[in-house]
Amino acid sequence: MVCLLMGLPVMAKDALVLLGCPKFPVQTSLAIYLGHRLVGEDILPVFAGNRSAIALLEIADPEGRYRGGGFMDLDEAIGALSEGRVDFDLCVVFVHSDPDIAYLASVLALSDGIVVAIVFGGDVGGLERRCREVGCDRIVAARAIHNPLLLKEEIDGVKRWLPV
Amino acid sequence: MDYEILLSRRPLNECSKLIRKRCREVYFVDPGYKIFGLYLIGVPPIPIGVEDEHLLIIYLKPCHGAFVLKLPGDGEVERIRAELKKL
Repeated sequence: MVCLLMGLPVMAKDALVLLGCPKFPVQTSLAIYLGHRLVGEDILPVFAGNRSAIALLEIADPEGRYRGGGFMDLDEAIGALSEGRVDFDLCVVFVHSDPDIAYLASVLALSDGIVVAIVFGGDVGGLERRCREVGCDRIVAARAIHNPLLLKEEIDGVKRWLPV
Repeated sequence: MDYEILLSRRPLNECSKLIRKRCREVYFVDPGYKIFGLYLIGVPPIPIGVEDEHLLIIYLKPCHGAFVLKLPGDGEVERIRAELKKL
Protein backbone atom coordinates (compact mmCIF):
# COMPACT_ATOMS: atom_id res chain seq x y z
CA MET A 1 0.00 0.00 0.00
CA VAL A 2 2.70 2.42 1.03
CA CYS A 3 4.72 1.53 -2.06
CA LEU A 4 1.80 2.32 -4.36
CA LEU A 5 1.16 5.61 -2.64
CA MET A 6 4.79 6.57 -3.08
CA GLY A 7 4.64 5.68 -6.76
CA LEU A 8 7.15 2.90 -6.31
CA PRO A 9 6.75 -0.57 -7.77
CA VAL A 10 6.00 -3.39 -5.34
CA MET A 11 9.34 -4.81 -4.30
CA ALA A 12 9.96 -8.39 -3.41
CA LYS A 13 12.62 -7.72 -0.79
CA ASP A 14 12.90 -5.30 2.07
CA ALA A 15 15.54 -3.76 4.30
CA LEU A 16 15.58 -2.21 7.74
CA VAL A 17 17.94 0.75 7.93
CA LEU A 18 18.66 1.47 11.59
CA LEU A 19 19.92 4.96 12.33
CA GLY A 20 21.93 6.07 15.34
CA CYS A 21 22.07 9.46 17.01
CA PRO A 22 22.12 12.03 14.19
CA LYS A 23 24.91 14.11 15.70
CA PHE A 24 27.24 13.37 12.77
CA PRO A 25 25.99 15.16 9.63
CA VAL A 26 27.00 12.35 7.23
CA GLN A 27 24.40 9.94 8.60
CA THR A 28 21.26 11.51 7.12
CA SER A 29 22.87 12.16 3.74
CA LEU A 30 24.21 8.61 3.48
CA ALA A 31 20.97 7.06 4.72
CA ILE A 32 19.10 8.76 1.88
CA TYR A 33 21.83 7.73 -0.56
CA LEU A 34 21.62 4.14 0.70
CA GLY A 35 17.83 4.29 0.24
CA HIS A 36 18.44 5.31 -3.36
CA ARG A 37 20.85 2.38 -3.85
CA LEU A 38 18.46 -0.11 -2.27
CA VAL A 39 15.46 1.06 -4.31
CA GLY A 40 17.68 0.70 -7.39
CA GLU A 41 18.16 -2.93 -6.40
CA ASP A 42 14.40 -3.45 -5.89
CA ILE A 43 14.79 -3.56 -2.12
CA LEU A 44 12.23 -1.55 -0.15
CA PRO A 45 13.96 0.40 2.65
CA VAL A 46 12.26 0.98 6.01
CA PHE A 47 14.07 3.46 8.24
CA ALA A 48 14.16 3.24 12.02
CA GLY A 49 15.55 5.90 14.29
CA ASN A 50 14.73 8.27 17.10
CA ARG A 51 12.46 11.24 16.48
CA SER A 52 15.28 13.57 15.38
CA ALA A 53 16.88 11.08 13.00
CA ILE A 54 13.50 10.42 11.34
CA ALA A 55 12.61 14.13 11.14
CA LEU A 56 15.92 14.84 9.39
CA LEU A 57 15.12 12.21 6.78
CA GLU A 58 11.54 13.35 6.30
CA ILE A 59 12.56 16.93 5.69
CA ALA A 60 15.45 16.06 3.39
CA ASP A 61 13.31 13.71 1.27
CA PRO A 62 9.85 15.36 1.31
CA GLU A 63 8.39 13.25 -1.50
CA GLY A 64 9.69 10.03 -0.02
CA ARG A 65 11.56 9.01 -3.15
CA TYR A 66 14.20 7.12 -1.22
CA ARG A 67 12.24 5.94 1.79
CA GLY A 68 9.33 4.14 0.21
CA GLY A 69 8.94 1.67 3.06
CA GLY A 70 8.33 4.40 5.59
CA PHE A 71 9.54 4.78 9.16
CA MET A 72 9.57 2.95 12.45
CA ASP A 73 10.48 4.18 15.90
CA LEU A 74 13.73 2.57 17.03
CA ASP A 75 12.27 0.79 20.07
CA GLU A 76 9.19 -0.22 18.08
CA ALA A 77 11.47 -1.82 15.47
CA ILE A 78 13.33 -3.84 18.14
CA GLY A 79 10.01 -4.83 19.73
CA ALA A 80 8.50 -5.94 16.42
CA LEU A 81 11.62 -7.96 15.57
CA SER A 82 11.72 -9.60 18.99
CA GLU A 83 8.03 -10.59 18.84
CA GLY A 84 8.46 -11.89 15.28
CA ARG A 85 5.89 -9.43 13.90
CA VAL A 86 8.37 -8.29 11.26
CA ASP A 87 11.66 -9.36 9.79
CA PHE A 88 13.68 -8.11 6.88
CA ASP A 89 15.82 -9.64 4.17
CA LEU A 90 18.51 -7.11 5.01
CA CYS A 91 19.28 -5.00 8.09
CA VAL A 92 21.74 -2.15 7.76
CA VAL A 93 22.85 -0.55 11.03
CA PHE A 94 24.62 2.81 11.12
CA VAL A 95 27.32 2.61 13.80
CA HIS A 96 29.30 5.49 15.25
CA SER A 97 29.04 4.94 19.01
CA ASP A 98 28.80 2.42 21.83
CA PRO A 99 24.95 2.44 21.89
CA ASP A 100 24.96 1.70 18.14
CA ILE A 101 26.99 -1.46 18.84
CA ALA A 102 24.22 -2.54 21.22
CA TYR A 103 21.58 -1.99 18.52
CA LEU A 104 23.74 -3.92 16.05
CA ALA A 105 24.10 -6.83 18.50
CA SER A 106 20.34 -6.78 19.11
CA VAL A 107 19.52 -6.88 15.39
CA LEU A 108 22.02 -9.73 14.89
CA ALA A 109 20.25 -11.66 17.64
CA LEU A 110 16.71 -10.93 16.44
CA SER A 111 16.77 -10.96 12.64
CA ASP A 112 17.24 -13.87 10.25
CA GLY A 113 18.22 -11.44 7.50
CA ILE A 114 21.66 -10.38 6.36
CA VAL A 115 23.08 -7.78 8.77
CA VAL A 116 25.53 -5.12 7.60
CA ALA A 117 27.18 -2.43 9.75
CA ILE A 118 27.98 0.94 8.23
CA VAL A 119 30.73 2.28 10.47
CA PHE A 120 31.72 5.93 10.49
CA GLY A 121 32.79 8.73 12.84
CA GLY A 122 36.22 9.28 14.34
CA ASP A 123 37.21 5.91 15.85
CA VAL A 124 36.45 3.67 12.89
CA GLY A 125 39.09 1.04 13.75
CA GLY A 126 37.83 0.61 17.32
CA LEU A 127 34.20 0.39 16.19
CA GLU A 128 35.03 -2.17 13.49
CA ARG A 129 36.70 -4.31 16.17
CA ARG A 130 33.60 -4.05 18.37
CA CYS A 131 31.35 -4.98 15.41
CA ARG A 132 33.37 -8.17 14.90
CA GLU A 133 33.31 -8.93 18.64
CA VAL A 134 29.51 -8.94 18.60
CA GLY A 135 29.46 -11.19 15.54
CA CYS A 136 29.10 -8.83 12.58
CA ASP A 137 31.57 -9.49 9.78
CA ARG A 138 29.78 -7.56 7.03
CA ILE A 139 31.16 -4.08 7.54
CA VAL A 140 31.30 -1.00 5.32
CA ALA A 141 33.55 1.57 7.00
CA ALA A 142 35.26 4.90 6.49
CA ARG A 143 36.31 7.79 8.69
CA ALA A 144 33.54 10.29 8.07
CA ILE A 145 32.01 13.01 10.21
CA HIS A 146 31.23 16.01 8.01
CA ASN A 147 32.28 14.84 4.57
CA PRO A 148 30.30 11.84 3.27
CA LEU A 149 32.40 11.18 0.15
CA LEU A 150 34.77 8.54 1.56
CA LEU A 151 31.94 6.50 3.01
CA LYS A 152 29.86 6.97 -0.14
CA GLU A 153 32.74 5.41 -2.09
CA GLU A 154 32.68 2.43 0.27
CA ILE A 155 28.90 2.11 -0.15
CA ASP A 156 29.38 2.29 -3.91
CA GLY A 157 31.88 -0.56 -3.55
CA VAL A 158 29.04 -2.89 -2.51
CA LYS A 159 27.93 -4.34 -5.81
CA ARG A 160 24.77 -6.00 -4.46
CA TRP A 161 23.22 -5.69 -0.99
CA LEU A 162 21.37 -8.98 -1.31
CA PRO A 163 22.10 -12.08 -3.36
CA VAL A 164 20.01 -12.32 -6.53
CA MET B 1 7.09 4.86 37.39
CA ASP B 2 9.55 5.68 40.19
CA TYR B 3 13.08 4.81 39.32
CA GLU B 4 16.59 5.56 40.45
CA ILE B 5 19.47 6.16 38.05
CA LEU B 6 22.52 4.30 39.33
CA LEU B 7 24.76 4.98 36.36
CA SER B 8 24.31 7.53 33.64
CA ARG B 9 25.66 7.90 30.08
CA ARG B 10 28.32 5.20 30.49
CA PRO B 11 29.66 2.49 28.16
CA LEU B 12 27.59 -0.70 28.05
CA ASN B 13 30.37 -2.82 29.56
CA GLU B 14 30.49 -0.60 32.61
CA CYS B 15 26.72 -0.82 33.10
CA SER B 16 26.80 -4.59 32.74
CA LYS B 17 29.66 -4.85 35.24
CA LEU B 18 27.82 -2.75 37.83
CA ILE B 19 24.77 -5.03 37.77
CA ARG B 20 26.86 -8.21 37.91
CA LYS B 21 28.99 -6.92 40.81
CA ARG B 22 26.25 -5.26 42.84
CA CYS B 23 23.45 -7.83 42.69
CA ARG B 24 23.59 -11.26 44.28
CA GLU B 25 20.68 -12.38 42.12
CA VAL B 26 21.38 -11.90 38.40
CA TYR B 27 19.60 -13.29 35.35
CA PHE B 28 20.80 -13.11 31.76
CA VAL B 29 18.59 -12.55 28.74
CA ASP B 30 18.86 -11.99 25.01
CA PRO B 31 18.08 -8.68 23.32
CA GLY B 32 14.36 -8.06 22.92
CA TYR B 33 13.40 -9.44 26.36
CA LYS B 34 10.48 -7.36 27.60
CA ILE B 35 10.28 -5.75 31.05
CA PHE B 36 7.61 -3.18 31.93
CA GLY B 37 6.90 -2.76 28.23
CA LEU B 38 10.56 -2.01 27.46
CA TYR B 39 12.48 -4.21 25.06
CA LEU B 40 16.01 -4.66 26.36
CA ILE B 41 18.74 -3.73 23.93
CA GLY B 42 22.37 -4.69 24.23
CA VAL B 43 25.11 -7.17 23.65
CA PRO B 44 23.98 -10.62 24.81
CA PRO B 45 23.95 -11.88 27.48
CA ILE B 46 22.18 -8.85 28.98
CA PRO B 47 22.13 -8.88 32.81
CA ILE B 48 19.03 -8.19 34.90
CA GLY B 49 19.75 -7.73 38.60
CA VAL B 50 17.36 -8.23 41.53
CA GLU B 51 18.01 -6.21 44.67
CA ASP B 52 15.53 -5.73 47.54
CA GLU B 53 12.58 -6.64 45.27
CA HIS B 54 13.77 -4.04 42.78
CA LEU B 55 15.08 -4.71 39.27
CA LEU B 56 18.31 -3.31 37.90
CA ILE B 57 18.34 -3.03 34.12
CA ILE B 58 20.40 -1.37 31.40
CA TYR B 59 18.44 1.25 29.49
CA LEU B 60 19.83 2.60 26.26
CA LYS B 61 19.26 5.91 24.52
CA PRO B 62 20.96 6.40 21.13
CA CYS B 63 22.07 9.97 21.77
CA HIS B 64 22.86 9.61 25.46
CA GLY B 65 24.48 6.22 25.97
CA ALA B 66 23.63 3.55 28.51
CA PHE B 67 22.04 3.94 31.94
CA VAL B 68 21.53 1.54 34.83
CA LEU B 69 18.03 1.98 36.27
CA LYS B 70 16.69 0.61 39.54
CA LEU B 71 12.95 0.01 39.25
CA PRO B 72 10.38 -1.30 41.74
CA GLY B 73 9.76 -4.98 40.99
CA ASP B 74 5.95 -4.70 40.84
CA GLY B 75 5.30 -8.32 39.93
CA GLU B 76 8.04 -8.50 37.34
CA VAL B 77 10.53 -9.99 39.84
CA GLU B 78 8.28 -13.03 40.36
CA ARG B 79 7.78 -13.42 36.62
CA ILE B 80 11.51 -13.23 35.95
CA ARG B 81 12.28 -15.71 38.72
CA ALA B 82 9.73 -18.09 37.21
CA GLU B 83 10.87 -17.63 33.62
CA LEU B 84 14.62 -17.45 33.96
CA LYS B 85 17.28 -19.49 35.61
CA LYS B 86 19.47 -17.72 38.13
CA LEU B 87 23.18 -17.82 37.27
